[in-house]
Amino acid sequence: MINTLIGDIGHTSVIVAFVAAIVSSLAYFMAARTKVEMFGDTSWRNLARGAFYVHGAAVLMIIFSLFNIIYAHRYEYYYAWSHSSNHLPIHFMISCFWEGQEGSFLLWIFWHVMLGVTLMNVGKKRKEWEAPVMAMFSFVQIFLTSMILGVVLGDVKIGSSPFILMRDFMADAPVFSMDPNYVPQDGTGLNPLLQNYWMVIHPPTLFLGFAATLVPFAFAMAGLWKGKFTEWIKPALPWAHFAGVTLGVGVVMGAYWAYETLNFGGYWNWDPVENAVYIPWLVLVGAIHTMVAYRRSKQGLRASFILVITTFLLVLYATFLTRSGILGNASVHSFTDLGLSGQLFTYLAVFAVLAIGLLVYNWKKIPATEKELTTYNGEFWIFIGAAVLCLAAFQVLATTSIPVYNSFMGFIGIETNAALPADQIAHYTKFQLWAGLFVALLSGIAQLLWWRKVDKASFVDAITMPAMLTLLFSSLIIILSNKFDILPFKLDNWIYITLLIASLFSVFANLSIILGLIHKKVALSGGAVSHIGIALMLIGILFSSGYSKIISQNNSGLLYSREFPDEVNRDNVLLWRNTPVEMDKYSVSYRGKFFEVAGVPGYVNQEILFRTADEYKAIARADIKAGDKVYYKTGDTLELSTPENTYYELEYKNRKSGKAFLLYPRAQVNPNMGLLASPAIKSFVDRDLYTHVSSIAPEEKEWSTMKEYDIAMGDTVILNDYIAVFHGVEMVNKVPGVELKQGDVAVQADMQILGETKSYHVHPLLIFKDGMAGYYPEEIGDLGLRVTLLNIDPATESFKIGVNTTQREWIILKALEKPFVNILWIGTLIMAMGFIMAIVRRSQDGNKVMPKSGAKVSISNKRKAQAV
Amino acid sequence: MKKSHIFGIIIIGLAIMIIMTTAGDASTYVSFGEAIARAQDGDNSKVHVVGRLQKDAQGHIINMQYDPLVDPNYFAFTLVDTNKVEQRVIYFNPKPQDFDRSEQVVITGNMKQDVFVADKILLKCPSKYVEKDINKTASL
Repeated sequence: MINTLIGDIGHTSVIVAFVAAIVSSLAYFMAARTKVEMFGDTSWRNLARGAFYVHGAAVLMIIFSLFNIIYAHRYEYYYAWSHSSNHLPIHFMISCFWEGQEGSFLLWIFWHVMLGVTLMNVGKKRKEWEAPVMAMFSFVQIFLTSMILGVVLGDVKIGSSPFILMRDFMADAPVFSMDPNYVPQDGTGLNPLLQNYWMVIHPPTLFLGFAATLVPFAFAMAGLWKGKFTEWIKPALPWAHFAGVTLGVGVVMGAYWAYETLNFGGYWNWDPVENAVYIPWLVLVGAIHTMVAYRRSKQGLRASFILVITTFLLVLYATFLTRSGILGNASVHSFTDLGLSGQLFTYLAVFAVLAIGLLVYNWKKIPATEKELTTYNGEFWIFIGAAVLCLAAFQVLATTSIPVYNSFMGFIGIETNAALPADQIAHYTKFQLWAGLFVALLSGIAQLLWWRKVDKASFVDAITMPAMLTLLFSSLIIILSNKFDILPFKLDNWIYITLLIASLFSVFANLSIILGLIHKKVALSGGAVSHIGIALMLIGILFSSGYSKIISQNNSGLLYSREFPDEVNRDNVLLWRNTPVEMDKYSVSYRGKFFEVAGVPGYVNQEILFRTADEYKAIARADIKAGDKVYYKTGDTLELSTPENTYYELEYKNRKSGKAFLLYPRAQVNPNMGLLASPAIKSFVDRDLYTHVSSIAPEEKEWSTMKEYDIAMGDTVILNDYIAVFHGVEMVNKVPGVELKQGDVAVQADMQILGETKSYHVHPLLIFKDGMAGYYPEEIGDLGLRVTLLNIDPATESFKIGVNTTQREWIILKALEKPFVNILWIGTLIMAMGFIMAIVRRSQDGNKVMPKSGAKVSISNKRKAQAV
Repeated sequence: MKKSHIFGIIIIGLAIMIIMTTAGDASTYVSFGEAIARAQDGDNSKVHVVGRLQKDAQGHIINMQYDPLVDPNYFAFTLVDTNKVEQRVIYFNPKPQDFDRSEQVVITGNMKQDVFVADKILLKCPSKYVEKDINKTASL
């Protein structure tokens, strides 16, 4: 039976949320008017607050309804059918929320509600700012909720509702005209690439980052509107930091997911969807710095306005780019076009016009200092740094928007066929590498100047130690890598060397700042900590991407074609089962297919699992052990947690030390998406070993024609060049998977076959049941043999067996080495730590402003001065 | 000149350089005819070609060659562009994962002698973008 109640509840809640957002923004707008504030009339504000809480409650109701639909497997709803399935574990049901566009909009709306409620209830100056800031918040919520309205006005469809019924979405499908109450029994499931721990936490973090960029924007707009051109920076700054850390960490989580799940061999591909979230983050970091500069010396106010507004507009642009379908052929990540492009463009346009309009109108009124900056001012270098960040963002934006140029030109009638650069990675890297280099250098220089007197002597004094340490360590690394073999790379490229020097300089300069503050107030060193984090990230990227090495070189000498020697690559290598291949310093062999069994750690060999009609259930053919513990005994029924995934066991043996480890890259043959492979990564201290399967042998094996052998007990016979010994037969009472009744006879033969490295036992069965003979052959995957017990002649005590052979199993493998990639992840954590320190400091009393440029930080001197 | 003016000029200069590099590095979507013409003119820049796979009357893909046992890094197929021109394409990498199911294929590369050497293949699979057939799942 179709349950329309929950969908109706959900849909109604969306409408309530939409209307409440309208009421709240209008009421807050009224409450923010100067007349109302002067009279102390709070009635508008109370109405607005009430409306926002109603809006929040409605949003929670929407979430509850959608979750119920997914959790209770209500496949009469399109969202549940297309994004979930019966076997989906609960933690992945949460991921279903954001597989679809409607769900991810909902996530964004939810974060805005959380942030809005926090702003309304926390903070000292909230009474003053609440009305105009929350007016912006509610105004934004109107647009976002309109994206999931799913309401039709005349010819125009507004929004795409997550609560649409299957029969309404697929109105043309014949099954619904036959039975309008038809409910599919299972959904099509969550995209296997999203069934991953990182996909549960990356989207919420990223969307929180997006949502958080609204806060400084709302403060900036409120400041412009109410004429409070300078006071908005103080309350907005900790929020800007918060947005910076959540968006930044969210982006890196996405990179880590890509590294672990996709198999392009890295963590960043400069795909338009990746770029779309990177661009606003760069500008946000620039904005944070100009705001910090303003807090200390009242400079950079106009720049802060521009950058904060630009950050938010870029977030809206990113949304437009990724959700409108405009990327089309340009990105593997293009989401389904829901026909929302008009709405998304309107959203972007309205806020662009509003923000830029307000800014231009008030431009002359914004106080700007006349004081000239010298090169020994920290602020001067901060502004250069912000400019570098903005130029870097501009470069990525210019190229990523190429599909938009095409669309726009097409709109006005000119046909352009511009495509993204053929080598995207080289194109972006050539600018971004230099941007990173300058950011590292500037973050060192600016910090050294920030905390000191504004003169040359002070600067030279500060820079000496860090500069010396930098040169020392850089030389050490250069010599070690070029002359000795300890490090997994040779540092001989001058651009990379310069990047390393700049990053090390940033590390040491910022370290010296932290050490200087340890005795005074180390809580002030958030910026220095973050800069060290960024510098480490740059070093990690330098080594892991710059020196990424493919170790699976195909040295077999077999090349199909030698026509184009420059193009030919040998990155992938063929591995026959159980035949080792030399790769770098390892001997690698492929040892078989494995599965994940519920409750058992590690993986279980396919050969000891007897599959049943239910793909999730199997019967153990032997004891299932992990380590010394026995989990299942022969004949037990067990559950396969992910039967669609096959794990390929690879043994890597270090040729010199003899130490070996096992890796299990994963692959599945998906009916909709073809072969999906995920890598297996082994992390060492100085590198990651990254392996993935590129191609697998077809599942359907082609067996040769059967060769029959007449043998007697104890005989030795040669089967396909392997020596086999027939030990005899025995009667069995129990056969896993087969029901034996009275009168049924089951006979099992025991044959031992000697392979190259070990011997194998096969037990083919012959079952006489209901007057018919049933053959249950056994295969030895390693040897490509299938043995069938064909006949028993008790009179002559001879037995007949049949043997089929097949080509041995193979896989195609690609393996890479990523030196020092762990430094990238560690750097991210350190950067986040620094941000958090800054949030704490800035949200406490921001009145403990840094000493004006020109005074040394010396508390004892101050006390002496006061005592006088 | 005021420091901020020098600052501004440098920034504008860099921005112009960025725009020029973007325009210079941008590739174009062309047909095979155009790709062949470029190669004949000595222009080795990489281009994008959109096309469909060559299929027989029953809709099965023909002339596709991948023998991993011989050379896992060699894959050849025939692509039909929007002008119905058929061209042999070679890709020195394993066959991409969902190649057989793709509706449209975008290749990036250039013509070398009489063959298009692709260094990137982007696939458009119909099921990602079009509703799946309900009848594939079990019914009540």
